[in-house]
Amino acid sequence: MFETLDLGCCKGRRTLFSGLGFSLAAGEVLHLSGSNGCGKTSLLRQIAGFAPLQSGQLRWQGQTVDARSLSWRARLAWCTHQPALKDELSVGENIRTSLRLAGVEADDEAIQAALAQWQVAAQWPLAARLLSQGQRRRLALATLSLLSRPLWLLDEPFNALDDAACRQLWQAIHQHAAAGGRVLFTHHAAVAGVRVLALEDFA
Amino acid sequence: MDLALVLFKRECALVLRKPGDALSAVFFFVLCTTLFALSINPEPQLLRALGPGALWVCALLASLMVVGELFESDWRDGTLEQLLLSPLPLPATVATKALARWLGSALPLVLVSPLLGLQFELSGSALLLLPFTLALGTLALVFVGSIGAALTLGLRSGSMLLSLLLLPLYIPVLIFGALAVAGAQNGSGFEAELSILAALCLLSVFFAPFASAACLELACE
Repeated sequence: MFETLDLGCCKGRRTLFSGLGFSLAAGEVLHLSGSNGCGKTSLLRQIAGFAPLQSGQLRWQGQTVDARSLSWRARLAWCTHQPALKDELSVGENIRTSLRLAGVEADDEAIQAALAQWQVAAQWPLAARLLSQGQRRRLALATLSLLSRPLWLLDEPFNALDDAACRQLWQAIHQHAAAGGRVLFTHHAAVAGVRVLALEDFA
Repeated sequence: MDLALVLFKRECALVLRKPGDALSAVFFFVLCTTLFALSINPEPQLLRALGPGALWVCALLASLMVVGELFESDWRDGTLEQLLLSPLPLPATVATKALARWLGSALPLVLVSPLLGLQFELSGSALLLLPFTLALGTLALVFVGSIGAALTLGLRSGSMLLSLLLLPLYIPVLIFGALAVAGAQNGSGFEAELSILAALCLLSVFFAPFASAACLELACE
């Protein structure tokens, strides 16, 4: 069980949210909803340990965790609009290095298979600077699905994706959940069939 | 260690794919020292007296260029956040990146320095010592500079602020580096200065990554 207790976020004098708590069991998907500027990304950044917790705590399997520790960060997969690709390197080099830096030893066949699912396998030898925005996102998400980390934090993951890629992302999210993973994602629009946490309720 | 090697290889690959970025510091160093040599009265006595200082000031300014963009591109494209989530501890990440940057940008500068020393009519022993002092010195400067690069990450007038922050910190390295070369030049010995320079280098290589890592965590908030 992953739980957050009494989280809060202040920007200047404005309180974005306070007393925020939710729990996420294995296999659960949670949609963080709210209008622009209501603190969705700030919340994700606090959970990822990039921003310090302003109040409250995070608990994993009943234990309080230090969000800045390596052991906590090793449980997270993080995906934002920045796909973390190096323009000078090829797609293959990029994804291989990203995986190895994340501590994952994946062979080229597994990587190729994941890329084929996201329909970017043909781009393997190309330099990353030649990819379109959507293809960059696809590549970042393909990397994510290879990371095998239990908690996915996705910030607006559907941006810049076409319909086919959106369906593929849903499939990936459900696969991850079915394998006992947890997914926490932000999205500006309503999504059917997923548990929703409205940040405005904690404003 | 394994992960550091992966990161090191990637940094080297990036330098090799875009050699212009890495070599701009060397070109700056070459041009700057040449301008000095051209503008000074071509009396051998005067050139020899001013040479070590001029070479060292130019190397110091060039190493500001080396560290300027150390974390910038990683921060802009989201790689830095992924590196924070990597099992590799952040100080090790910083040290690896700084070392790769030193190899790519500062080492060429060190290698061409004896040629540039010739312009100042430096003696044989000073010409031999110059690359050693510069190697130690630039290593210290790059590691100390990584703190400044991490602190000014994402600021709009970052490069201006970076020079203001770093130049005062560079002074000890400059003094002992230039003194060592000048000592070899006029035969008055350089062992003490060289030892202090080596000590400064070791201290900064050991401690700077921890400070930079803390600054990077702040920059990612």
